[in-house]
Amino acid sequence: MTKEYKTITEISGPLIFVEKTEPVGYNELVEIRTGGELKRGQVLDTSDEIVVIQVFEGTGGLSKDSAVSFTGDVIKMPLSPGIVGRVLSGSGRPRDGGPEIVPEVLRDIAGAAINPASREKPRAFIQTGISTIDGTNTLVRGQKLPIFSGAGLPHNDVALQIARQAKALGEAESFAVIFCAMGITNEEAQHFLADFERTGALERAVVFLNLADDPAVERILTPRLGLTTAEYLAFDLDMHVLIIYTDMTNYCESLRQMGAAREEVPGRRGYPGYMYTDLAIQYERAGIIRGKKGSITQFPILTMPGDDITHPIPDLSGYITEGQIIISRELHRKGIYPPVDIRPSLSRLMNSGIGKGHTREDHRAVSDQLYAYYAEGNDLRGLAAIVGKEALSERDKLVLEFADKFEKRFVNQGRDEDRSIFDTLQIGWDLLADLPEAMLTRVDDKYIKQYHPKYASAAKKAE
Amino acid sequence: MEVGKVKRVAGPLVQAIGLKASMYDLVLVGEEGLMSEVIGISGNKHIIQVYEDTGGVRPGEPVKETGAPLVAQLGPGILTQIYDGIQRPLPKLAEMSGDFISRGLFVDGIDHKKKWEFKPTAKKGDALKPGQAFGEVQEQLLINHKIMVPPKMKGGAIKEIYGGNFTVDETVCVLEDGTELTMMHKWPVRQARPVAEKLAPTIPLRTGQRVVDGFFSLAKGGTAAIPGGFGTGKTVMQQTLSKWADVDIVIYVGCGERGNEMADLLHEFPELQDPRTGRPLMERSIVYANTSNMPVAAREASIYTGMTTAEYYRDMGYDCLMTADSTSRWAEAMREMGSRLEEMPGEEGYPAYLGARLADFYERAGRAAVLNGGQGSVSIVGAVSPAGGDFTEPVTQNTLRMVKVFWALDSKLTQRRHFPSINWLDSYSLYDQTLEPWFVENVSPNWNKNKRRAMAILQENAELEEIVMLVGSDALPEDQQITLEVARMIINFWLAQSAFHPVDTFAPYKKQFDLLEAILKYRDLAFDAVQKGIPVAQITSVPSKDALAKVRLEAEYEPILAKVMAQMEAEFKALK
Repeated sequence: MTKEYKTITEISGPLIFVEKTEPVGYNELVEIRTGGELKRGQVLDTSDEIVVIQVFEGTGGLSKDSAVSFTGDVIKMPLSPGIVGRVLSGSGRPRDGGPEIVPEVLRDIAGAAINPASREKPRAFIQTGISTIDGTNTLVRGQKLPIFSGAGLPHNDVALQIARQAKALGEAESFAVIFCAMGITNEEAQHFLADFERTGALERAVVFLNLADDPAVERILTPRLGLTTAEYLAFDLDMHVLIIYTDMTNYCESLRQMGAAREEVPGRRGYPGYMYTDLAIQYERAGIIRGKKGSITQFPILTMPGDDITHPIPDLSGYITEGQIIISRELHRKGIYPPVDIRPSLSRLMNSGIGKGHTREDHRAVSDQLYAYYAEGNDLRGLAAIVGKEALSERDKLVLEFADKFEKRFVNQGRDEDRSIFDTLQIGWDLLADLPEAMLTRVDDKYIKQYHPKYASAAKKAE
Repeated sequence: MEVGKVKRVAGPLVQAIGLKASMYDLVLVGEEGLMSEVIGISGNKHIIQVYEDTGGVRPGEPVKETGAPLVAQLGPGILTQIYDGIQRPLPKLAEMSGDFISRGLFVDGIDHKKKWEFKPTAKKGDALKPGQAFGEVQEQLLINHKIMVPPKMKGGAIKEIYGGNFTVDETVCVLEDGTELTMMHKWPVRQARPVAEKLAPTIPLRTGQRVVDGFFSLAKGGTAAIPGGFGTGKTVMQQTLSKWADVDIVIYVGCGERGNEMADLLHEFPELQDPRTGRPLMERSIVYANTSNMPVAAREASIYTGMTTAEYYRDMGYDCLMTADSTSRWAEAMREMGSRLEEMPGEEGYPAYLGARLADFYERAGRAAVLNGGQGSVSIVGAVSPAGGDFTEPVTQNTLRMVKVFWALDSKLTQRRHFPSINWLDSYSLYDQTLEPWFVENVSPNWNKNKRRAMAILQENAELEEIVMLVGSDALPEDQQITLEVARMIINFWLAQSAFHPVDTFAPYKKQFDLLEAILKYRDLAFDAVQKGIPVAQITSVPSKDALAKVRLEAEYEPILAKVMAQMEAEFKALK
């Protein structure tokens, strides 16, 4: 039996201060008993004189008489194959009325860094069935690709559509979805769960729910538990894991709250100076390890406060993740779904997952060409608004029309429409075919000869 | 050596009592012996930053001294290695602890068991000066590793020198005063290695990138910064430079970067061929990979470790390129440590010594006459990741005060998929004048003249575009419409360059020059035609103009370019 201390000297927000302890390890798991209730916490600062503990389930109900015991070990997650299909709380306790997880293994939730030399280069194309992702911001297995969105935009629908449709070309394999909710409303959580149930996805999912009214400190734990589970499924059980967490903004708010409680010197906008490192520790747990079959692909969702992409949360995330998918309010207002603005969106790993042997050899060229004229067309909209469409040159008119058609035909698609990559490229070519061939400066002649609808249909006729 | 005791643990910072260690000395913390560095001494307390995760470390655990600061091991066997920030070979760590990095592992920076063939280049009786080479080892097929007297050692006359196969620990040379020299020595990473004399940057560093070489060229031994918001192509740019720059040794420091990106690099480098020699690029590379989720204190050290190895190869007379991706992550590591030390912060929470640290780092670059005789250089390309893409933030501003070349990455260009997305109006190179004589002598007397003409066109274009935004391009006078068209050609046919196209990814100086000359030729023909009253629409729709767009994609471009230009002249003659 471990020693119990009743030497709490101070309780301040989510923190408790305990004195006169035996030497306690940094990051150790702490149990606090008060009136029959058990709360858990973690050591943040330890010295001979005083130990600072953050309490995950909130400090409500704690008093100077509460009994604190140190477990002598860091926080570990109990794991077994039976975890698939379960709904757990943000701190890993059953929320679905089921039994506790009977552990086959216990894993440190802090997660060690994957040795960069052991990583496999991610390059397996994942088809999401969404043109703006597959065609122009391709996702590959092992990537971390966040969705940057704003309040009131359909990012959850996009995430669900991806979770539903994502597949590798031409092979069936075991895969799992991990869903970590951090501080989202009950209604949003229900929306996700209902969709998982409707599509049968729940059977191969692990859900961690920390809702808006659950303790904020618990949120610091949630992604760590999810990722530890992901690593177990991917690298012990050879599964391809897709992990969606929403909303990272709430997670960062919790970090800030903790920082303030500890009276740390704040960085930008009050967020702690170590937020970059903290986020990196979560995001970097995506990837593939050489010689292992499984993989972890991450889809963090974050809402940009005030749609501001320079806000520290999206800004720091963008520096760590391998690109970003931006949900645009403007496109949403135009009634376009999914309202993905491809211009600021990016997939950094796209290049290794496309082209010959992955998708098709003309993929890069088509994508670049679409980008170039969509961006130019967008700029021309401003001009057309001032001088009128008629005053534009012939070329500019074509580009302007291209941008409109691009949004209607390429970007826009149904919530259940699962386009193959070849459908997506075909739509791209159909749009490019409306421009004179000489304007296709980014496309090699040989691809034009092969895939341009003009030549492709001629070739068919000849056959 | 003293053994102290842990007093307090808070994240990567540990306070210990009972030590005698000096500032920046390496100490081993806790039962596991975690590698750490003394970063402050206050009263009887030592403040220590730990290079590894401190979870589970308790007060009362021992802290052992090593009696020396963090050093790099310098000797044959550094090339082709992949290190973490404190020079531990990552593949070795993987052998010891599996795919995830565990704690308390100590590994030598170079292999102490491997035997190298040592060939003396000095003989008995020769007097050796500090930094002077006395032998060599064929480290890689094309890299001859010179074994030098450590710069801090006194030197002296050789008493004995042995040729043959030795490990780096075995004595290969004995001096008259009894000093035994091996093939390896250690150097404290935070200290610059001495040179005989720093030299002026008069030789360009060829990168094969038109916008870099042609507009904003870097000199050998020069310093450049690439600031840009996320997703503007910093990393691709750095990797392209590492591939194509005409240097002997490339040191790539991935400082707080993405694991998958490092995996990509580690996967690609061994497969890539050095365009000049046909050998794998990895044979002349050293990679430091301290990803963002690896301990923050080791990230802070990685820049210095990388720099020290670069200087070591420079001392052998090689041209080295050190790319640091990204210096902002390095600065953030300083900020994080500073805030945990509860230092009074400067601007935006960065420590007040940020500018001084950046200056110290960039000053270690340069072309120099080295102690061994001959010349070597270390060029630095530092990526900067400004928060929110805002160039007024402290890291960017402090960097700009130090570096001579500024490649401003522009997210607008990225969105148009214009790569490299270096903004041609905001970027600059202060080596323009010092490098001109070299270009005049080696490429063409018109090199700088053409550059200035093209830049003037782009400048005018920027002004005209503002007018076009208001009134449309048809309302402009005809000659200005031509300028718009020529600017578009310079931008799309010349400045844009695909890193993924097998031919276009690298353009030799001559090809860069010829293509720009061809575009300027079109401009002259077009202006003549306007003078003759030929409508703009006809001038801009000559077929040869479109043909010119694709010349850059050809390896044997010269006959094709000649044909296109002949066609162009003919087409202009035919215009009425």
